[in-house]
Amino acid sequence: MNKAKPDGEIPRKRLARLFLLTAIVSAAATAGIAWLLTTMFERKAEAMNPYVRLVEVTENTTDPVQWSKNWPRQYDAYQRTVDETHTRYGGSEGEIPESRIERDPWLQRMFLGYAFAIDFRDRRGHAYMLYDQQQSKRITERPQPGACLHCHASVVPTWRRLGLEAEGRSLADASGFEWQAVMSGFEKMSTIPYHDAHAMMLATPDGTPADRPPEEQTGTAHPVSCVDCHDPDTMALRVTRPGFVRGIQAFADSGKPAPHLPSIERWREGDRSRPYDPNVDATRQEMRSFSCAQCHVEYYCGPRTTLFFPWAKGLRMEEIEAHYEETTFPDGSAFVDFVHAETGAPIYKAQHPEFEMWSQGVHARSGVSCADCHMPYKREGATKVSDHWVRSPLLNVSRACQTCHAYPEDELLARVHAIQDRSHALMGKAGEALDEALTAIVNAREGGISEEALAEIHQLQRKAQWRLDFVNAENSMGFHAPQEAARILGESIDYSRQAQVTALSHWLTRDPAAGGSAEE
Amino acid sequence: MRKTSWKALILGAAGCFGAAAGLGFFAFDYGEGSSYFSTDPRACANCHVMQDQYDSWQKAGHHQAATCNDCHLPHDFVPKYVAKADNGFWHSKGFTMMDFHEPIQIKPRNAKILQEACLRCHGDFVHELVPGSRSASAESMQCVHCHRNVGHGARH
Repeated sequence: MNKAKPDGEIPRKRLARLFLLTAIVSAAATAGIAWLLTTMFERKAEAMNPYVRLVEVTENTTDPVQWSKNWPRQYDAYQRTVDETHTRYGGSEGEIPESRIERDPWLQRMFLGYAFAIDFRDRRGHAYMLYDQQQSKRITERPQPGACLHCHASVVPTWRRLGLEAEGRSLADASGFEWQAVMSGFEKMSTIPYHDAHAMMLATPDGTPADRPPEEQTGTAHPVSCVDCHDPDTMALRVTRPGFVRGIQAFADSGKPAPHLPSIERWREGDRSRPYDPNVDATRQEMRSFSCAQCHVEYYCGPRTTLFFPWAKGLRMEEIEAHYEETTFPDGSAFVDFVHAETGAPIYKAQHPEFEMWSQGVHARSGVSCADCHMPYKREGATKVSDHWVRSPLLNVSRACQTCHAYPEDELLARVHAIQDRSHALMGKAGEALDEALTAIVNAREGGISEEALAEIHQLQRKAQWRLDFVNAENSMGFHAPQEAARILGESIDYSRQAQVTALSHWLTRDPAAGGSAEE
Repeated sequence: MRKTSWKALILGAAGCFGAAAGLGFFAFDYGEGSSYFSTDPRACANCHVMQDQYDSWQKAGHHQAATCNDCHLPHDFVPKYVAKADNGFWHSKGFTMMDFHEPIQIKPRNAKILQEACLRCHGDFVHELVPGSRSASAESMQCVHCHRNVGHGARH
């Protein structure tokens, strides 16, 4: 101000600068506030509109591209399942996943006589489920049933079409889900050859191109898609797989404790005038596990009888074993998955009992669902969305674990790795024990063991393999229920050593004149 | 002419500031700014980021006894508004820029305020049980280390 003239006059130049500066400051402030306003508006809009339904999707729209127009956030994440990820004990990178039977030779020996001995690889994301199945030598070199598609494809509309066509109707006549037609189509497709079943899927319209008639929407089969877990009208979670619906009904009937599934306990206390129906009875939180349990379970896939989930005696490892022991095939013979090529033992092959193992763990007991860790909620603006990039929680610790466990990420990972390292070490011991048992049984056979004695050893081998495979096939390296996994592996080692000792004692006391020559 | 220059400057500046202030007041109102001076817990979930915390508070044991401000702000007038301003700034910045840690975690200075709030009601009861419970020093045991679920049920 000291430059101002006595009568308050300010030089023109300075006046202009002041004017300009004031205008710039005000403009910046106004622009800033306007920007803040628009972000507030966006956030409020995000909070109000979880989705806008732009196109129609129906029970038969298996192509997720149609759904993506209405639910882009979920679809964006779902597409990420093509990413190749791995953790310490799961996942893979490269053109095709790494072979597990080459990494662990005892695995191959365990499966001798079964297709898993020719090809068994690490897992990949959901996007690959159909492609990888078609590439597997288990499919290309061995005959397999159409039941494999129960879980490897978005197959329900094909079942529906087959069921309706058997009644003299067509897919166009369908109203709603048509459970009866779906069930009958499922029965039909379960036992026919895989490649025929796959061709039937290609002949079912998938909803694209949307502007063409259904006849021109054929030719593509999809891996798991939106319609497999969501009602196309309400987007509510639902289950669509006959194997699960029948299996969980049988489990509800079994009366075995289900503290982690309160709707089953509630149904049991009722009048039981109708079967337990997960789509009607289950809570939303239970559905966040049930939709996964449609496939991530132990099952028999065929071809000797229709696919089923062995839960009529409960979900625990020995309850499933007991279910199989009391099961016979339609031809009257005893249930078996395969006969071991080296020893002749009838064997039960475990699939991937994630739901069953989780059921024995502390997370299930605390009401934590599959989706809470594998599809945790995330924030996109003001929208809360379930992450449809289904993956290991170890790749997403902050959202998957820290929501409940307020500890640093490194510490949480260290805890999980401690559990998995111990399970892996114990599984290796169980594999060694089985390997040595198999050698002893082969020797005993060559030494001329009696049929009765061999049958007893076969039972021990079957129990040892069932237990070892139950943990091996389960995708969590023991984490879903650490103590249960260790208990099962402990029993496996026990049965293997019993088989080994029994076989060895028969071999040592063999009649040299009667038997052949064994390695010494 | 000289008088006109002065007038033009003042008028121009007033116009500029007036426009900015008008927009600012509108934004303040649109953003429900006045609610942040209240004690209504719903205000804390205005921008939806705290929706989970708000929901879980409704299911927690302290639902009947304490609202957000009772536990998360000092109780004296000046520190209370300093903490409000401090948190208000960082929350607004975080939610506008979307650059905060997920899941949301409490900052050390807010954890201290929280611990002091626990002791404000329960101090007489626990002062002989918990070392340092008379003051909320960094080394002292935090009540919520064990009593995680009292303020927010099940999760959070």
